[in-house]
Amino acid sequence: MASETLIEVNDLNFSYPTRAILNGINMSMRRGQVIAVMGGSGSGKTTLLRLISGAIQPTSGYVKFAGEVVHELDRDALFKLRRKMGMLFQFGALFTDLSVFDNVAFQMREHTNLPESMIRDLVLMKLHAVGLRGGHQLMPNELSGGMARRVALARSIALDPMLIMYDEPFTGLDPISLSVIGNLIRRLTDSLGMTSIVVTHDVHESLKIVDYVYFIADGVIAAEGTPQEVRESIAPFVHQFIHGEEDGPVPFHYPAQAYRKDLNLEDIVA
Amino acid sequence: MLKQIISGIQNIGHRAIESVWRLGVASRFFILVLLKSGTSLRRFNLVIRELYFTGVLSLIIIVVSGLFVGMVLGLQGYETLQKYGSESAVGTLVALSLVRELGPVVAALLFASRAGSAITAEIGLMKATEQLAAMGMMAVDPIARVVAPRFWAGVISMPFLAAMFSVMGVFGGYLVTVLFIGVDEGSYWSQMQSAVDFRFDILNGFIKSCFFGVAVTAIAVFEGYDAPPTAEGVSGATTRTVVTSSLVILGLDFILTAFMFRGVS
Repeated sequence: MASETLIEVNDLNFSYPTRAILNGINMSMRRGQVIAVMGGSGSGKTTLLRLISGAIQPTSGYVKFAGEVVHELDRDALFKLRRKMGMLFQFGALFTDLSVFDNVAFQMREHTNLPESMIRDLVLMKLHAVGLRGGHQLMPNELSGGMARRVALARSIALDPMLIMYDEPFTGLDPISLSVIGNLIRRLTDSLGMTSIVVTHDVHESLKIVDYVYFIADGVIAAEGTPQEVRESIAPFVHQFIHGEEDGPVPFHYPAQAYRKDLNLEDIVA
Repeated sequence: MLKQIISGIQNIGHRAIESVWRLGVASRFFILVLLKSGTSLRRFNLVIRELYFTGVLSLIIIVVSGLFVGMVLGLQGYETLQKYGSESAVGTLVALSLVRELGPVVAALLFASRAGSAITAEIGLMKATEQLAAMGMMAVDPIARVVAPRFWAGVISMPFLAAMFSVMGVFGGYLVTVLFIGVDEGSYWSQMQSAVDFRFDILNGFIKSCFFGVAVTAIAVFEGYDAPPTAEGVSGATTRTVVTSSLVILGLDFILTAFMFRGVS
């Protein structure tokens, strides 16, 4: 069961009219895995999540989720498929007019006919899993950034999805919240038998918890491997990224004409 | 020189195309809201919740403004009518101005700035904080769940608020002319009763306020849903809601009046 492929990304291309974002991406993700997708800002990581969830259509190629090609589904089928997916947005995206409890109960109330007493039990169980059972009556504006993300995590596992996508889950968290979220991702993935895709550029936290890493740069997969392989990689891009070096395959300077020319030093003989 | 003229003309054309295009997007959105109203009607408590925010919370400004507008109408009407010795007709003047015009129009203008702007800001902020996207990811359609209940709540509240405005105005006129100035109470009410026609005046005023309710809330939800997801974008959308709905209310009022009261009395 653990080796069953949940998501297959095949030669995926996506471009806006003026520029290409993704160029021939191939990936395969199995159940029970935590997968990190890393890359610099603007490298197309979030676009990849949007393609997997069917929010946008690929220019060519396909994403197959649980045996179904996502972009070929009509709206109803897509919404049905999305009940098997959860997504954690960068800052949680909790519904600010609903309490923590109602946020977690939202999907159960929208998609099921469960009696209120059962919803209550389920919500408290989900909140217990993220350690916030005691805060179920709080409003989102009373939560810290880390707590809001834990509530959002409880909300995204409300209907026991097969996949959760995390869009930069570590951004702006203190070290304690950071490792709490990291460990929760690993633990929930294992205990619920789902798949997690973590889009991040937090190298150290994510290498601790993930099974496999993809690096995206300039719209292609620049490198991939297990955390061990990645750490030992001598590929210049991976090395620069892991160690946060200023200059390398990803240049420090934005493309420009020659420095001397910009300063009008051309005609002066050195 | 020629280049500047050409680029100026291009600019005008570009803007014209852009606004027509936006009007098309807005119309499509409006139809989409209507088509996806099933959820709001099946789960009417969603609408009731919004009725509280758009309707009940707008009551104070409507009641107070209605009262003062009626009081001013009473004062001004009395001053003028008294010159012709017909101050007893002041009740008719107050009631007809309110029921036909001021009630629906001023209530709608107040509604646009009180509730319309709030709807735009709320939906715009939900978009900016990815709440609408999160809802879509949970396989819940934000247009059906967030937009349609707010739209229907606004459409339902508007006629009631306009009626409330007119009632308070008539009462304000009564306070000033009968209680303070001393116009005969019997003639204030009886002249009003005989001059105000249910079909022509009250029903037409009601129809106007229904049109205004649809226009204001449709603009408010569209601007919110269409707002660029930034602080600047939301504030711009809120301003546009108030400005556009005010202009639309006044324009619509002229058109409706022309149809309704042509050749009456």
